Amino acid sequence: MSGSWMTTRAWLLMLPLLAVMISVIGWPLVDTVRLSFTDARLVGTEGSFVGLDNYARMLSGANFQRTLVTTTWFAVISVAAEMVLGVLAALLLNQQFYGRTVLRALMILPWALPTVVNATLWRLIYNPEYGALNAALTQAGLLDAYRSWLGEPNTALAALIVADCWKNFPLVALIALAALQAVPRDITAASMVDGAGPIARFRFVILPYLVGPLLVALVLRTIEAFKVFDIIWVMTRGGPANSTRTLSILVYQEAFSFQRAGSGASLALIVTLLVTVLAVAYAALVRKAAGSAS
Amino acid sequence: MLKSISRTLLGAAFVGGAFMPHAFAETSINALFMAQAAYSEADVRAMTEAFSKANPDIKVNLEFVPYEGLHDKTVLAQGSGGYDVVLFDVIWPAEYASNNVLVDVSARITEEMKKGVLPGAWTTVTYDGKSYGMPWILDTKYLFYNKEILEKAGIKSPPKTWDELAEQAKIIKDKGLLATPISWSWSQAEAAICDYTTLVSAYGGDFIKDGKPAFQSGGGLDALNYMVTSYSSGLTNPNSKEFLEEDVRKVFQNGEAAFALNWTYMYNMANDPKDSKVAGKVGVVPAPGVAGKSEVSAVNGSMGLGITTASKHPEEAWKFITFMTSQQTQNQYAKLSLPIWASSYDDPEVTKGQEELIAAAKLGLAAMYPRPTTPKYQELSTALQQAIQESLLGQAKPEDALKSAAENSGL
Repeated sequence: MSGSWMTTRAWLLMLPLLAVMISVIGWPLVDTVRLSFTDARLVGTEGSFVGLDNYARMLSGANFQRTLVTTTWFAVISVAAEMVLGVLAALLLNQQFYGRTVLRALMILPWALPTVVNATLWRLIYNPEYGALNAALTQAGLLDAYRSWLGEPNTALAALIVADCWKNFPLVALIALAALQAVPRDITAASMVDGAGPIARFRFVILPYLVGPLLVALVLRTIEAFKVFDIIWVMTRGGPANSTRTLSILVYQEAFSFQRAGSGASLALIVTLLVTVLAVAYAALVRKAAGSAS
Repeated sequence: MLKSISRTLLGAAFVGGAFMPHAFAETSINALFMAQAAYSEADVRAMTEAFSKANPDIKVNLEFVPYEGLHDKTVLAQGSGGYDVVLFDVIWPAEYASNNVLVDVSARITEEMKKGVLPGAWTTVTYDGKSYGMPWILDTKYLFYNKEILEKAGIKSPPKTWDELAEQAKIIKDKGLLATPISWSWSQAEAAICDYTTLVSAYGGDFIKDGKPAFQSGGGLDALNYMVTSYSSGLTNPNSKEFLEEDVRKVFQNGEAAFALNWTYMYNMANDPKDSKVAGKVGVVPAPGVAGKSEVSAVNGSMGLGITTASKHPEEAWKFITFMTSQQTQNQYAKLSLPIWASSYDDPEVTKGQEELIAAAKLGLAAMYPRPTTPKYQELSTALQQAIQESLLGQAKPEDALKSAAENSGL
């Protein structure tokens, strides 16, 4: 009796939120699925049913395969770098030293910055004529002459990854730092007495506490990185020669620049599906990690 | 008696007049402009303020976006009925007309407008025989040159052909005056297509023939080959492939370019000593031609103001457009963008202090070559941008790159 009342009450309490979510997320999603089977245009025609044509055309296009590779590179490298940098920064900021509070606050700054501002900043840094990076590297003797970082296909993606890392590693660092606070002092102290060096201490004593929270950070960051749009749109618009064009940019071009809402929707759903697969795989990993921790 | 009645009436009118702003239902219209090249944001605000003074019952809300966001913002706002007046580029009327984004205003255009505005300007707003707005920014790309550098190199007069441009740039490079003397806006953006179109017009090429892409051979191919040769021979600043117009302006103003292709607005900005190191040394001529094919070359880079189909106040919107495009307004702000009105080019108020630019404009504006008029322009342009960049980067041969652009152009 009380159990079923609890269930009813839970649903009642969730109802307002559910209603909002269905209207702002559920309905557009359903409509996107409907759109993806039509040849609708953004303005003008409503479109008619075309079956799986959009999906077939999008998946078989050379653009899709190339952009998928670019997106994967961007996501894998930037997330990996953010995880390593984030953990290192967290370990450092977990130490006792003078000015630690100030540094902790400063670290949040890049993450708090709007992405467009961050992208504009990095565009200035990379500027081929008067950018700070060129000036710093030539003055240090590491570079002969100023170069175009965002204008060469072999450096443009790397330059974007650096800019993205700078912005996003603080999130990982923040999560890791919170997890580090939970590591009991007596265990680390005991391991030191037992003669464990810093690496062994990290590997066997600290890391087990970090795995769960870090997996959460990994899931969040991978999904975000896979969907990346704004930082790239501001810095290169997918150039040079489409070498930094990601899936989201392709969706944007298809749906909004070319105004093919139908095939744009199908492409967006393909991306959503890919991200969902990633999320489910990660969720399984998190559950496994949680299981082994307890 | 009569006198007192009329006095009363007068008094009533006076009182009414004092309450005018309240008595009128104030209409508010939203207008979308760009913050890039041509009129500056400050100019547009000043013009609008003058309009509001003359029409206190109409309130105009201005919004500015970079050129790159103008098209998409206009289209996306249609659903929400966001803008009444939008600025549009010469390449969009075909698409806007087919998708019912802009109102056909052919009936609103007066005889006086038809006679007074330069014939070439009307091509900016016309599709399929109908007018979708008023031309506002009459613009093409000119060849700017740094007089001091040319003088030091012993060059007597600026180039008349594109080959001469390459020869003169080589002299400047060989004399060690500048490592890479020419600057262009070849970023993966519409700006690259404008430079390419200028060259296509010089080489007498065609974008589309009988509804099919025709840029893969002839003038279209010659144009891209010229760009690639200029780039790979080191005459062109290699950073051009990530430059937009504003980057070109900064490089030119810093004295780091002997030649640069850019819009009208650069003339007076590069001549402003507050901002520019090359003030007083700025030369401007029409973009050159090709021996046996053309005397000068030019791209139609004009823009117009139109009323959206979503607008609930087309009357007020048209009033605003008429004001913004009027000869009086345009003559007053002729330093960054030249008027659409033919007689303005002989008006000393307009020509004073920019005689050189006016002389170049008379030739350039008459030679303006259009980018293809097709509802699928965005796709064609995106494919061409890719072809240009791949060719510059050596990832593909120009003929192959243009061939795949033709296949991907959606035409």
